[in-house]
Amino acid sequence: MSANPASRWGLRFLGLGYLTLLLLIPLVMIFYKTFEDGIGPPLDAVTSPDGLHALKLSLLMVVIAVPLNTIFGIGCALLLVRRKSRFNPVIDAVINLPFAVSPVVIGLSLFLLYGIGGWFAFISEEGFKILFAVPGMVLASIFVSLPFVVRETVPVLQEIGTDQEQAASTLGANGWQTFWKVTLPSIRWGVAYGVVLTTARVLGEFGAVTIVSGSISGQTQTLPLFVEKQYQNFNQTGAYGASLVLALLALITLFAMNLLKRKEDA
Amino acid sequence: MGISVEGANKRFGDFQALDDVSIEVPDGSLTALLGPSGSGKSTLLRAIAGLEDLDSGQVTINGEDATGKPAQKRGVGFVFQHYAAFKHMTVYDNVAFGLKIRKWKKPETSKRVHELLQLVQLDGLAGRFPSQLSGGQRQRMALARALAVEPKVLLLDEPFGALDAKVRKDLRTWLRRLHEEMHVTTIFVTHDQEEAMDVAGQLVVMNEGRVEQSGTADDLYEHPANEFVMSFVGEVNQLGEHFVRPHDMEIVLDPDDRTQEGLVQRIVSLGFEIRVELVLSDGTEVWAQLTRAELQRLELREGQIAYLRPIQAKSFNGSSPSGHGASTPHGSNDGGDAEIPAAV
Repeated sequence: MSANPASRWGLRFLGLGYLTLLLLIPLVMIFYKTFEDGIGPPLDAVTSPDGLHALKLSLLMVVIAVPLNTIFGIGCALLLVRRKSRFNPVIDAVINLPFAVSPVVIGLSLFLLYGIGGWFAFISEEGFKILFAVPGMVLASIFVSLPFVVRETVPVLQEIGTDQEQAASTLGANGWQTFWKVTLPSIRWGVAYGVVLTTARVLGEFGAVTIVSGSISGQTQTLPLFVEKQYQNFNQTGAYGASLVLALLALITLFAMNLLKRKEDA
Repeated sequence: MGISVEGANKRFGDFQALDDVSIEVPDGSLTALLGPSGSGKSTLLRAIAGLEDLDSGQVTINGEDATGKPAQKRGVGFVFQHYAAFKHMTVYDNVAFGLKIRKWKKPETSKRVHELLQLVQLDGLAGRFPSQLSGGQRQRMALARALAVEPKVLLLDEPFGALDAKVRKDLRTWLRRLHEEMHVTTIFVTHDQEEAMDVAGQLVVMNEGRVEQSGTADDLYEHPANEFVMSFVGEVNQLGEHFVRPHDMEIVLDPDDRTQEGLVQRIVSLGFEIRVELVLSDGTEVWAQLTRAELQRLELREGQIAYLRPIQAKSFNGSSPSGHGASTPHGSNDGGDAEIPAAV
């Protein structure tokens, strides 16, 4: 860019100002509010049985939804990029649905499907509880975070092309060996970024999970639901404390990826 | 033995990439597939490797029917135009890839990889990543990788296409020597006729999905089967129905019944060779290749009138060329002086 210094500084100021006002100040405020009365009250809230249970449940969602969506996402990206078919545009559009549809609507649709009178209501009737229980929350989490790995992997797959895979096959590698030794290592940063986004989305999901879980304290409450409950009960310090834990988890995820990447580049 | 393709057809949508192509590549030979882009030469090479499925036709490698076999089972070494280096692996791991797939033991693998790196003059760079190599080094690494598994045949798809002129020249000399040492049946694809003639013993000229002619460089140059081969393999002037090589154009100052009048438009000195561009009375633009001595003897200047006498000309009367790999031109005046009317 050959813009003059004044406009360059102007742009920087505008960009940074925008980020500060909309992202940084609100986050700093939470930090400040949390520790307004010292470390005690927020710590108590977060380490209360309900708080710990919410944290555990949030992590459980991550542990189940992230690997499933990663495997699905890589497979789907391979299908979209490497196997040309006339159904691809349809698949592509369907994958974007969770981005387009409000999480509340997603929650409601699960409710219609698995609730009384729904097509899959028989599963609950057999004694395997889905709604107001962990399985329903897992389903909602998978649904809302489904597109990330696909979306991040597709462009990387397109960019690396098929030359390396073809080279591997002429060298005697079968499809599986080619995938593990050539394709996956080549797309790993795309996948990793998709995993980070999926994790963040699952951790933060509120709308869809609220509806299917019923938000029962100590049973079906993830951290965001716990935050909301605390806030509604006028326990603002507890709400801020739990929010901070959520923010920290997100930071750890990002930091872990950076660390891996730095190790790789070294 | 060697490689043979019979009646190969391949269509991409509306585009006929291969149109009933048959070639024979003798065992241990170094053969060039030569043709302009879109002529089907790369598709043919990829079909031999198993990277492209044929609509119909048969591929035989060393006497064994390979049609329908996946690439991984064909035992071919393939070198890609853009190297296809495994970017996340070191040079060592790239070359060792095929051996690891074949479950070679570590000491043997290491020994073989270092032998190959020595062969391609990359020993000492084993720990580098492809991004730290030059284009020429990457292509040599790709060649070592292909050779590591001792392929039955070696296939190179425009291997020097992405390299600059100097490196390209070095590498082709080097490839020729390598072939002399290893004697593995090799096919390489190129659109550069000089490169094909320099490196390969046998040439197969392709155009629009068909084989126009195959033979040695001399065969193709001296006895082109048709207009396409004549103009693709070497320079050519067209005088009516006749085709004349620029070095078969004599320039004289006195007209006779076999000369044509022309106006000297430009005289370009290309070192030893002089390029004289003329325009004939009917507007045809031609050029003649002279030596410096000839030019000095004639004392030619731009803007003067001179007379052209074709020493040797060819004509390809009749319909479009038929017969794949035919080596006799149709109705040629091959070998003798052609009668070219003074007024075309």
